[in-house]
Amino acid sequence: MASLVLGRLLLGAVTLLVASLLVFAGTQALPGDVTTAILGNEATPETRAALVERLGLDHPIHVQYFEWAGRFLRGDLGLSLVNDVPVSRLLDLRLKNTFILALATIIVVVPLSLFLGLLCAAYPNGRLDSSISVVSLFLISLPEFLVGIILVLLFAVYWSVLPATSISGFRSFEHLVRALVLPVLTLTFAILAHMVRMTRAAMLEVMRAPYIEMALLKGASRSRIVLRHALPNALGPIINVIALNLGYLISGVVVVEVIFAYPGLGKLLVEAIGNRDLPLLQAVALIMVAAYIVFTLLADIVARLSNPRLRFKQ
Amino acid sequence: MSAGEATAQAIPRPRRLPPPLACIGLAIVAIGLIMALLGPFLARHGAGELISERPFPAASWALPFGGDHLGRDVLSRLLHAAPVTIGLALGATTVGFVIGLTVGFFTAEVRGRTDTMITWILDILVSFPPKLIALIAIAGLGSSLPILIATLGFVHAPRVARVARAVAMNISAMDFVEAARARGESVLAVMVREIWPSARRPMAVEFGLRVTFSILVLSSLSFLGLGVQPPMTDWGSMVRENMSGIFLGTPAALIPALAIGILTVGINLVIDWIGGSSGRRLTEELSR
Amino acid sequence: MRPVLEIAGLVVRADDGKGSWIDTIRNVDLTVSAGEVVALIGESGAGKSTVALAALGYARPGTRLVEGRILFDGQDVRALDERGLRRLRGRDASYVAQSAQDALNPAIPIGAQIAEPLLIHGIASGTEAEARIASLIGLLDLPVGIVTRFPHQASGGQQQRIMLAMAMACAPRLLVLDEPTTALDVTTQIEVLKAIRTAIRGQGSAAIYVSHDLAVVAQIADRIVVMRHGAIVEQGPTAEIVERPKQPYTVTLIDAVRPRDRRLAREAPRGPAPLLALRGVNASYEQQGWFGPARGGNKVLRDIDLTVGKGEVLAVVGESGSGKSTLARVVAGLHPRLSGDIALAGTTLADRVRRRPLEQRRRIQIIFQSPDLSLNPEERVGEIIGRPRQLYFNEARTNRDAHTDRLLDMVGLPPSYERRFPAELSGGERQRVAIARAFAAEPDLILCDEILSSLDVVIAAQILELMRELKRKSSVAYLFISHDLVTVAQIADRIAVLYAGTVLELGATSAVFTPPHHPYTALLMAAVPQLRRGWLDDAFKLRGPTAQRRAAPTGCPFQPRCPLAIPGLCERELPPLREQTSGHAIRCHRSDAELRQAQTSPVQTSPN
Repeated sequence: MASLVLGRLLLGAVTLLVASLLVFAGTQALPGDVTTAILGNEATPETRAALVERLGLDHPIHVQYFEWAGRFLRGDLGLSLVNDVPVSRLLDLRLKNTFILALATIIVVVPLSLFLGLLCAAYPNGRLDSSISVVSLFLISLPEFLVGIILVLLFAVYWSVLPATSISGFRSFEHLVRALVLPVLTLTFAILAHMVRMTRAAMLEVMRAPYIEMALLKGASRSRIVLRHALPNALGPIINVIALNLGYLISGVVVVEVIFAYPGLGKLLVEAIGNRDLPLLQAVALIMVAAYIVFTLLADIVARLSNPRLRFKQ
Repeated sequence: MSAGEATAQAIPRPRRLPPPLACIGLAIVAIGLIMALLGPFLARHGAGELISERPFPAASWALPFGGDHLGRDVLSRLLHAAPVTIGLALGATTVGFVIGLTVGFFTAEVRGRTDTMITWILDILVSFPPKLIALIAIAGLGSSLPILIATLGFVHAPRVARVARAVAMNISAMDFVEAARARGESVLAVMVREIWPSARRPMAVEFGLRVTFSILVLSSLSFLGLGVQPPMTDWGSMVRENMSGIFLGTPAALIPALAIGILTVGINLVIDWIGGSSGRRLTEELSR
Repeated sequence: MRPVLEIAGLVVRADDGKGSWIDTIRNVDLTVSAGEVVALIGESGAGKSTVALAALGYARPGTRLVEGRILFDGQDVRALDERGLRRLRGRDASYVAQSAQDALNPAIPIGAQIAEPLLIHGIASGTEAEARIASLIGLLDLPVGIVTRFPHQASGGQQQRIMLAMAMACAPRLLVLDEPTTALDVTTQIEVLKAIRTAIRGQGSAAIYVSHDLAVVAQIADRIVVMRHGAIVEQGPTAEIVERPKQPYTVTLIDAVRPRDRRLAREAPRGPAPLLALRGVNASYEQQGWFGPARGGNKVLRDIDLTVGKGEVLAVVGESGSGKSTLARVVAGLHPRLSGDIALAGTTLADRVRRRPLEQRRRIQIIFQSPDLSLNPEERVGEIIGRPRQLYFNEARTNRDAHTDRLLDMVGLPPSYERRFPAELSGGERQRVAIARAFAAEPDLILCDEILSSLDVVIAAQILELMRELKRKSSVAYLFISHDLVTVAQIADRIAVLYAGTVLELGATSAVFTPPHHPYTALLMAAVPQLRRGWLDDAFKLRGPTAQRRAAPTGCPFQPRCPLAIPGLCERELPPLREQTSGHAIRCHRSDAELRQAQTSPVQTSPN
């Protein structure tokens, strides 16, 4: 059991290492002349040399990686190339914003999706179950920007009840809430369908087991069957899907942030790519990957611990 | 006994019309394929042809879906962009699928240490958020069509491999595969004759899910301005171009977004029908 | 006195998967009086379980109770709403499922599962419930500490008794037992059967006992109801049904239990070189380690020495976990051996099947347990049978077709079956196809891995007859793997008894069935259910000192369960395989005289 957890932690560590290599390779070790990519064609040889010096580009590639990784581990994320602001300062606010958005969404989505998923499983193939599964099949297929656009058209343009963008949203709490409604709603649509379908599928899989029939023949009520007998056995996949979506909320909300001009990590990433701002890009990318990996890792461990077969050996 | 008699005695396999939702899905997929193949020939106007002086002209008989931010015909551009959107998605999915399927089936049959090793690598690759891989790769390598296809193929391959491995493992544990091994069939013969026929359905479902995923990711990239670059257009970049029209209440951005949504819904309706209730769990888990 | 259960004119309809409904139960009447044990017996698909579940007002998904009256204590069960049914189930009538492994919730501790009916029905809670559980656990001979464990930590026999305890918790008026011992080994079955009988008698509950095994039922039931194709064929008091059956179908069932001649025993032909020879074969389930070879713990096969002569039938008999299937797989080259040598007609066979030359592969064929799994569902019967001809003889299409017809005829199937898919055949027909496929290679040796155990008794008897007939017509040899001594007696020339990967006894069939036996063989023989009243009690006495299941790691593996174990010797030293008369050998520290003395009672040695 302990070896199981240790194994997963080791895997997580290796994954993080590979992730850092990949991020480094994808950014610093760009093909072609990095200085041109950063400074453009008009740069003077002096500024180019200064940049090479600053980025340590004259060192061998593996030395560059270790220097970079070492600085990163010490918390020194470097200066943004665009305006020489420390990357950590840029990140600070954006990270907070992304966190707020993710948290707001999770608070809405997790209870709702669990409730709907369990409801479907309690009355499988009933009218409610069928309609939820058809609707969720539609929702899961839609691109986020379509949902975003429709919401903007309805709430911001036709009814004018909510702001279309979040730029002005951070002056007061009321502004913040109003600004959050549409992005959260968009993300909710995107995630809810996925989570309901997964919860339902995991539950229905378990509901086919003979021990569920047994519970029924013991005289257990419907809610007891679902909550006491089925849910604990479906917990693994459900925890995993929650984690997957948490990871998605940190690393995958780029499109939604762009639609609503929401100043979060995703938008920062797109800006960094647009500006070829390497230190910023590296920092954002690594944070996103790390968050994603840590969430899936934790979920995996929790899911395994929820299974008595893995918790207690024979 | 004659062959005719034998056929007459064989129990007929029942054939019925697919359920209504699946029919809708099939129709959507068919229309999508026709647009991908013939789109540019069906378009009234050229992709870059300016029809109106003003931005966002309203819908009319001449412009059924209205015009875009430069006054071009949205319908014509939609038709011109169809081969790009659908072709790129199919291409990227095929690349990822071929690699993933080969690796997955191979690891399932060799077992042992090689399998453990490869599974480990796959676990690592799968734990990267897919959209981020695409963004980093494009940030580093630029966004040409081959890069887009390769990047997305790289995203798909380990995920497909995991599904293929799981599917193949399930089948290869069955006695009929064991019987073939006991006969002394070669590894290739076991895979092709015994495992593949039973793996076709779940893998078809997986392919469909991957195509949907490709369409969504490619469209998102284009929407962010990091995917298909002008002068070439796909549906995602059409949404991007016309976003400013949203606040004027014009549908120019909505139309291509709807096109993407309808197509992916159609594909998923077909998958849902093929996959039935079984075999979906595995793949759905990975569909994000 | 009013009967506990009265079912009249019951009709159950099932979805046939193609959109239409068919009647699976047609007009069944069944009455169970208070304290009476009624057995429902018949082959699979006869509708036994469906009728039994109807007593609880339950129809499985895809089936519907459409007609008839079900009165429980005079109360119309079909008229009950969801709440009414809940009150009935688990309190007044409870259910014991076939496979406790699947029917116990893996996420809930055992004690909580046993107590659940008490809590649900508000009968007892807290210390009162604990006392009730403790008494049930004592009654069913379960270890006290088991309440805090999870189901996967209990053995198969324990799991089944746990489920029984759960069903007994509320002291129900009616107990529905659905094939409660079918998934168990014969020796475990005895304990569970005994527990069931004790429980039913102790509580005075009435019971419906569903089984396919007439002999098992004869030990427990007051009355037997024979079902076939969803209708009742015959019913009556147990003794009457067993001794004076009226319907031909009942006679068939009884014949299938009561073996006819078991001697096929010609003296095994003993040539200079046997067809197959295993020398010191060891195998384990340990995966190859990352660093060097596996550390050989957990051996499934230990130093196996066996031979199969040309045209001989060697049966390998053992319970689950004895390693008998692994033995077949090692010979087939599907499982690696750690050490030892396997020779076919004097030539050593490579470890893995893919390294063996084509001709060697042709000469050894294998037939698997479940024909549902051993035929490729995507291939037609013609392709399935034709493939060995193509592979081994490189035979052209037209020739193959002629052969296929001949092979189908040989196993008693019409040529038209060539174009069918396995899903379009019955279980017995599928096993015939698997047999035809094995014979298509014209092999010298066929490994038969439990080929009868997934079939109904009557079908199994037919397949066994077919195997004997095919044997007479050719010079093929069988390595016949089975858990069932009685079946094996009808086909084997020689028998090897395997326990925990070790051969405990080896000899000609007639010799193995005559005392002295190895204590384990004696136990196995006694454990085979017999129609005779009182068999269960006799068998229970012979079951050995403890309910210890695990094989001993050193010494004689059977020692922990052995009633004749010699303290200080058997747990330390593995006895040699001691040859007594020519070709009959027993691995035991006890002398022949001692064994014979312990096994004098004739009832324990004869399967009849």
